[in-house]
Amino acid sequence: MASVSVRHLWKEYGSHVVIENLNLEILDHEFVTIVGASGCGKTTFLRMLLGMESPTRGEFLIDGKPLPSEPGADRGIVFQRYSLFPHLTVMQNLLLALEFAGAPFSARLFGKAKREALEKAKSLLDAVGLYESRDRYPAQLSGGMQQRLSIAQSVIREPRILLLDEPFGALDPGITADMHQLILKLWAEHRMTIFMITHDLKESFELGTRVLVFDKVRHDPQAPERFGATVTYNLPLKPVRDPAPSAP
Amino acid sequence: MRRLINQKPGKGGALLLGALPFLLILAVYLFASDARLAANPDDKLLPSFASFGDAIQSYAFEEDPRSGEHLLWNDTFASLGRIAIALAASAAIGLVLGILIGVIPFVGASIGPVVAAISMIPPLAILPILFIVLGLGETAKITLIVVGVAPVIVRDLALRVAELPSEQMIKAQTLGASTWQIILRVVLPQAWPRLLDSLRLTLGSAWLFLIAAEAIASTEGLGYRIFLVRRYLAMDVILPYVVWITLLAFFMDWLLRRVRTLACPWADLGR
Ligand SMILES: Nc1ncnc2c1ncn2[C@@H]1O[C@H](COP(=O)(O)OP(=O)(O)O)[C@@H](O)[C@H]1O
Ligand SMILES: [Mg+2]
Repeated sequence: MASVSVRHLWKEYGSHVVIENLNLEILDHEFVTIVGASGCGKTTFLRMLLGMESPTRGEFLIDGKPLPSEPGADRGIVFQRYSLFPHLTVMQNLLLALEFAGAPFSARLFGKAKREALEKAKSLLDAVGLYESRDRYPAQLSGGMQQRLSIAQSVIREPRILLLDEPFGALDPGITADMHQLILKLWAEHRMTIFMITHDLKESFELGTRVLVFDKVRHDPQAPERFGATVTYNLPLKPVRDPAPSAP
Repeated sequence: MRRLINQKPGKGGALLLGALPFLLILAVYLFASDARLAANPDDKLLPSFASFGDAIQSYAFEEDPRSGEHLLWNDTFASLGRIAIALAASAAIGLVLGILIGVIPFVGASIGPVVAAISMIPPLAILPILFIVLGLGETAKITLIVVGVAPVIVRDLALRVAELPSEQMIKAQTLGASTWQIILRVVLPQAWPRLLDSLRLTLGSAWLFLIAAEAIASTEGLGYRIFLVRRYLAMDVILPYVVWITLLAFFMDWLLRRVRTLACPWADLGR
């Protein structure tokens, strides 16, 4: 539900150039996958899009408006790990987002509002196959279940943009097919724009409507930190209005 | 032979091994006490168990002729009341300041250093000041414990709160949470088990400050009694009091641990 433009983006840490002159036009409801060598700045790019870091130069525009300088409910994030709340059960982890929205002061819902929130959380838990585990704590879930919960948690407030940083990188290869189905289903239902970093080239081509390859254009063997990475390949794969692509 | 680090006692074995040092201490005491009393029946240093029994009988179960009170219970309630109020106040201060310092950078920058400095003051060194300013009543004694304990809890909580994974803080913001909502639903619940741990660790110094304050200015209390009867070398009273204080401290520690497992069932899952 949002287009993203990146204009002349630079990110430097001191004299270390991480990203140099990155330009990008992403349409509404694209599924962008990002690949590139480890340490080339993919996470840094996502962190800037999230509002955790500010660009050294250049700007992000979402639907033509400048990006807010802190994280907000319009941009969801799924990290590789640590992003669930360990003191809340599966159901409470999902409800939390709705409680933030519905009760500014107490951050808790009661009565009718609570029942509606429970209903919404329940249908999402069903969709990610975690309803049976609703009363367990995150530490009692497998890695795959934790990631499914984290994804559900990120979409429950219907963000316009969903960011995923190697979400399946730590999971068994056997369950990634299920995860792909899940993310494609949620993407089609909630119609958000997705940016997903992966180190799996096959995954990036299967899921994405567009693949971005991050790499350095210039190299200085004596000073590898002098030049940063940018988008070296920008490959549109599928027409954007296409419904969820079928899995092979 | 398996390595020592892989050899573990069974359940009964562990109990026996744990009880052994206690029995040993008891045996050594009985032996030494008997030997001294045989040499000099009026010896006061290592009283017999019979004189402990007499002392406990008169302090716990008989009214004191002068005050008409049961001294042991009276002292116990006085001391427990002081320590409970002081710990509750320290916990409240620790929770509020610790969380604010750990979560809000501006608060951390402005009051973090002053809390660090205060925690370096040896509390007993300012005890005279407390007595001068607050008088010899309850306030000074409770304040001493709070001064000794609260800064430790504040710093411990601030550190632990700042250690919460940044992913959680970011995630909460992407779920639309305000600073207040993050404190209320993300930080505070995760601070509880840390607070209870922190209280357990500071129990020892809380008792230390309590007994020091009672020894100097009080008319009742466990510490007061020990220092009062010291004048008569009444080891038959002092030793049961010390054992009683130890039991009370042990019970408080156990209680805090129970509260932690009951109130924060999630806290030990990930280990
Ligand atoms: N806060 C920071 N301070 C200094 N250097 C950083 C910081 N964050 C990331 N970097 C550097 O930026 C580069 C890119 O990191 P990152 O974006 O995490 O790479 P990727 O996700 O592509 O593996 C790395 O060389 C890393 O050392
Ligand atoms: Mg990365």
